[in-house]
Amino acid sequence: MSSFVRSIVMLLILAAALPANAALKVLATTSDWGALVTELGGDKVNVYNATSALQDVHRVDAKPSLVARARTADLVVATGAELEIGWLPVLIQESGNSHIQPGSPGYFEAASQLQLLEKPTRLDRSLGDIHAQGNPHVQLDPHNITAVAKAITERLSTLDPSQAQYYAQRGKDFDTRWQAAIQRWEAKAAPLKGAQIVVMHRDQVYLCHWLGLQEIAAIEPKPGVPPTAGYLGELVTKLTATPPRMILLNGYNDPKAAEWLSDRIHSPVVTLPFSVGGDAEAKDLFGLFDDTLNKLLAVLK
Amino acid sequence: MTSFRPMAAPLALSCMLLPALSHAADDVATLRAELQALKSEYNDRVTALEARITQLESEPAPAPATPVPAAPVASASSGASAFNPAVSVILGGTYTDTSRDPHDWHIGGFIPSGGDVGPGDRSFNLGESELTLSSNVDPYFYANLTAAITGDNEIEVEEAFFRTLALPSGFTAKGGRFFSGFGYLNEVHAHAWDFVDQPLIYQAFFGGQYKQNGLQVKWLAPTDLFLEFGAEAGNGDGFPATRLERNGMNGETLFAHVGGDVGDSTSWRLGASWMDQRAEDRSYEDLNEFGQPVINSFTGKTTTWVVDGVLKWSPHGNVTRQQLKLQGEYMHRSEDGQLTYDANSLALSDAYSSDQSGWYVQGVFQFMPRWRIGMRYDSLDTGTSHIALVTSGLLSPEAFPALLGVDPERVSVMLDWNPSEFSRLRLQYDWDDARADGDNDRALRLQYLYGIGAHGAHKY
Repeated sequence: MSSFVRSIVMLLILAAALPANAALKVLATTSDWGALVTELGGDKVNVYNATSALQDVHRVDAKPSLVARARTADLVVATGAELEIGWLPVLIQESGNSHIQPGSPGYFEAASQLQLLEKPTRLDRSLGDIHAQGNPHVQLDPHNITAVAKAITERLSTLDPSQAQYYAQRGKDFDTRWQAAIQRWEAKAAPLKGAQIVVMHRDQVYLCHWLGLQEIAAIEPKPGVPPTAGYLGELVTKLTATPPRMILLNGYNDPKAAEWLSDRIHSPVVTLPFSVGGDAEAKDLFGLFDDTLNKLLAVLK
Repeated sequence: MTSFRPMAAPLALSCMLLPALSHAADDVATLRAELQALKSEYNDRVTALEARITQLESEPAPAPATPVPAAPVASASSGASAFNPAVSVILGGTYTDTSRDPHDWHIGGFIPSGGDVGPGDRSFNLGESELTLSSNVDPYFYANLTAAITGDNEIEVEEAFFRTLALPSGFTAKGGRFFSGFGYLNEVHAHAWDFVDQPLIYQAFFGGQYKQNGLQVKWLAPTDLFLEFGAEAGNGDGFPATRLERNGMNGETLFAHVGGDVGDSTSWRLGASWMDQRAEDRSYEDLNEFGQPVINSFTGKTTTWVVDGVLKWSPHGNVTRQQLKLQGEYMHRSEDGQLTYDANSLALSDAYSSDQSGWYVQGVFQFMPRWRIGMRYDSLDTGTSHIALVTSGLLSPEAFPALLGVDPERVSVMLDWNPSEFSRLRLQYDWDDARADGDNDRALRLQYLYGIGAHGAHKY
């Protein structure tokens, strides 16, 4: 018992004696925000991603490892618009960290920087998993990234004013590269304009909006509600006459329903990385968009 | 305004051309021809533009090419109700079918807790309806009220606590009435349990869940490994303690939790808790040797400790598709004091001590989205009791029928369907061997749980 007590005391002393780490500790709720903060903060930030691209960010366990990361975070970067509502409040609550409470400079929500699409006119849970503030899956429109990047740069400077110049410089550099990439992507993606697609969950809406893809149906009859056999049957009837160019799926989705539909209407299933780390090519934000466009364009060939 | 612009153009042009009319007469004809040509050209353009405007006006406004970055705005509404707390309501109920009369259900060999234990009444039952109101109070505190409206038309304050928001260095303090942080399941609200009821250890040792009416302080270590320590003290209002008629506190509790991840699919938490309590005239009903009810009571010290562990596994942490959750707890209690037999008339009193323990393990597997199966095994060890009234030969062991018993055990299986995050329908079947007579009870329960209002967020 005494050796246990001794090791606890040692641990506490060690914890207290840890040198004050100069780098800002950032807890990002998704790998996309994590990648963006890394682009903007360079070696002045230490980023931990709460989720990977293979997880459904709606549903995540408020696991001990995440509470521990929230405890030491200087900044939480979240999507907002209720995307993380089932778990992030618990992390913040349990963390005992007053710096990351909503409303403090240490709490950042991307959604508050954007005008969200699909803001429901009627709030009723019989309509499925709807979000009062609009669709929160904002990362697949690069113009959204532009806006969020600017706000994150400002926030990093607020939290770490001694490095403000460094963040401003990195922000500018990222913006230059990002705007050039957007021009390149938009030129490349021109053939996709007007292409008809079917989605799984309504989480490609910003991608469709950006590229002018036309979403003609969703496999989920309502957001978060899995399709019934009857509904899938109706989809087949509806789509056989005018099959879409492709059926879009994310890495974390169960592919069964999409593959079933694909077999019947003969439209290919395209699995998109959806978030940074969603596949081998989507290593960072640039890779995410390069890979997404490559996968979409491959179908048109 | 736009429709005036094309009209204005020829007008301005005409004005500019007016001085030209004073030129030589032979030029007049040429100019007149040119002017005519210009006029007709502009007329054509104006007509075209007007047509275009009419067309645009009749069309719906096109969406902006890209979402326009907006300045950060608070989305909250205004007015007197803007600061209303978040409201959520949980409704629950069961249909129960038991092979034996649930009213004589008791856990053999354990002093009855008087709590809400056992399989519950037969047939349809309205469960507790939980109403929760919560909000930040100010920059320093958060407050939460959970009221339970029982099927018997009573309102109970289940939890009513404040919690700090701004203590430094990883400290959080909580005060009021709250579920103690003792063990793993004690803190979990009934609607979030994986089975209809609590494991036998919680029913035997706390009569369900232990609520502190007091204060809790927690400290989370600033390490990547989750390491949390907590201490509580309260007034002891709840089995196995009693409120003491004096100043000070009762129900001092210490707990520690450690947790982390193994790879990206597995997470775990281990905990140990200890609780020290005093009971004064803690009474329970029993039968005397003639089968008549008597009231016995205990006064003394009661110490409980528990070790608990939880492990969750989901492929790549994607809990929507599959999840396995394993958990188990081992609980031990020792009591030391005086036991009074027939407190209301004979009032025979002598030393009493006991050492009792129990444990459960359970596994719940979400094998596909929305469907879960689970199995739980409960076991209690009645352990050793030393009743001086019996060892001295004054009374026979049969004078304390509630304390007689074999080691109770129970096996439960359940299947639940969760159409959404807000609804759950559950089927549970128990092989229940908790009664002292050793005769098996079989219970079948159907349960519904619905949540409306604010989206809840659950602890690990």
